[in-house]
Amino acid sequence: MGTQSQHNTTFSPETLELVKRIIARYPEGKQKSALLPVLHLAQAEFGGWLSTETMDYVASLLDIKPIEVYEVATFYTMFNLKPVGKCVLEVCRTGPCALRGSDDIIEHLQKKLNIRDGETSADGMFTLMTVECLASCGTAPVMQVGDHYIENLSCESLDEILDRLRAQHEQKAS
Amino acid sequence: MRRQLLLKDINVPGIQSYDVYRRQGGYTAVEKALRGMSPEQVTEEVKLSGLRGRGGAGFPTGLKWTFIDRKSGKPVYLVCNADESEPGTFKDRYLLEHIPHLLIEGMILASYAIGANTAYIYMRGEFRWIFPILERAIAEAKAAGFLGSNILGSGFSLEIHVHPGGGAYICGEETALLESLEGKRGNPRLKPPYFPAVMGLYHCPTLVNNVETLATVPSIITMGGAEYARIGVGKSTGTKLISASGHINKPGVYEIELGLPVEEFIYSDEYCGGIWKGRQLKAVVAGGSSVPILPADLILKTAKGEPRLMTYESLAEGGFQTGTMLGSGGFIVMDETTCIVRNLWNFTRFYHHESCGQCSPCREGTGWMEKVLHRIEHGEGRPHDIDLLDDVAKKIEGKTICPLGDAAAWPVSSAIRHFREDFEYHIRYPEKVRNPKHFEIEPLVPRRHLATA
Repeated sequence: MGTQSQHNTTFSPETLELVKRIIARYPEGKQKSALLPVLHLAQAEFGGWLSTETMDYVASLLDIKPIEVYEVATFYTMFNLKPVGKCVLEVCRTGPCALRGSDDIIEHLQKKLNIRDGETSADGMFTLMTVECLASCGTAPVMQVGDHYIENLSCESLDEILDRLRAQHEQKAS
Repeated sequence: MRRQLLLKDINVPGIQSYDVYRRQGGYTAVEKALRGMSPEQVTEEVKLSGLRGRGGAGFPTGLKWTFIDRKSGKPVYLVCNADESEPGTFKDRYLLEHIPHLLIEGMILASYAIGANTAYIYMRGEFRWIFPILERAIAEAKAAGFLGSNILGSGFSLEIHVHPGGGAYICGEETALLESLEGKRGNPRLKPPYFPAVMGLYHCPTLVNNVETLATVPSIITMGGAEYARIGVGKSTGTKLISASGHINKPGVYEIELGLPVEEFIYSDEYCGGIWKGRQLKAVVAGGSSVPILPADLILKTAKGEPRLMTYESLAEGGFQTGTMLGSGGFIVMDETTCIVRNLWNFTRFYHHESCGQCSPCREGTGWMEKVLHRIEHGEGRPHDIDLLDDVAKKIEGKTICPLGDAAAWPVSSAIRHFREDFEYHIRYPEKVRNPKHFEIEPLVPRRHLATA
């Protein structure tokens, strides 16, 4: 697991309010049901990945054992268990996307960013991940970037997309 | 003229919002049911309609509703399965994103019928941008008095909550989904004893229905079950959303009346618009990646020479020897340059990746199949590999807790059954298949499979 210890950290007051509202969606005593939604919040708030400290913090919030969080976080592919770049490119590699060229998209990204599947570019900007079917087969090939899908990808459009994503993140940072 | 029930208003500007949905006649089915029908009458209409589960299994929906144990004294739950993850399927996303109130209306009707006061929409976590859409729609419906306590003065109350998944195909299986909703790993449960209708969410009676299934209920209540059953052919009643993908001119989500000829669906400009790049059809996976693949000749016509129709029965005609399944309606089309081995390796890698690991035939078997297919596809296949694959597939099928094992085995068995030449070619000419685009350079289409259309 990660070596960076970041937990002086707790959720912001707004997120803590939201966590309370999420727990209230489930019957009393069934607060463990809130685990997946709260892990998503934690990943979003604590740098895009779940450290052991983060998972322990979530366990304490939901009053469950840390192992109950670890076994869930390691089962579901949306949770990153090591640090990622500022912008995660999740490219679908499953059949219908493959029929319309996702192999070429993945290869193009690997060459362009000089990384392999699961790695982060040297400048820390992009992490490349291949994922399974995103339910976007009618607009294949597709990749997920943050909250959105970028559909009907082509190798020609990728360079422009990467430039745009980089610009967005630099703007956000400044 | 083709009937549209689910998508008729999908292009109305602003249909995402309550006001526009309501203006188009939305929520009148809820008014009709809550003001003038008993829960049993609602269930009866759904039974009369002949509606079958649209998630893939095709089980009669009304009958499933009657399984709910109403006398247990425990709370009853409705869970909407919006974990759409079957490769080739993207119809539920279309409804969730563009006409969320249709699902909410269907959920109110189903909850009323089974006596549920709490309902969850378990949606795959990747649909991040759809969560605010659904949450806003739920808030609007509540503000308008269609959710909350004592809806329309009927004494019936309902709250709907949205719950994100974490990226696991297995959670589309209903018992795995319930485990996941309880905050655990998505390991399917044993049936018996864990039939959701009796021992579902938190060990309470639970109904799990697919998005499209629930979204169909308002039409049934509005028009009446008997009228709905007049659409379609035989036991395949009503309309169905088909997600069309792959090598076609017009990929997308289409609402068809069940009974449409497959040939018309593939070649008509109203639907897929034919095979792209002027190429020929090689194969179709008609109901999501799990169902048996069929070569062009067998998808267009049954082995008896009759036109194949888009119905549960016609697609299954001939059993697994020469037929397939309607499944979730994920219609994946492959042209003459497609390498069946490469596609199968891809699908098998998917199932290996998505196996929850509980049952050893699935956990180990999917891994072995992926490994053997990888070596065949990359020019390292051995002569006995084809029979080995078939053997492994047979040893997974029917030997696991949940249907993921079958879903992983059927594509393998059917690909070998119908496309043995593709596999033999790979083993005979390893140097030719080392280029991943081998069949784009030199298509391999056995003559007997060419579409005669």
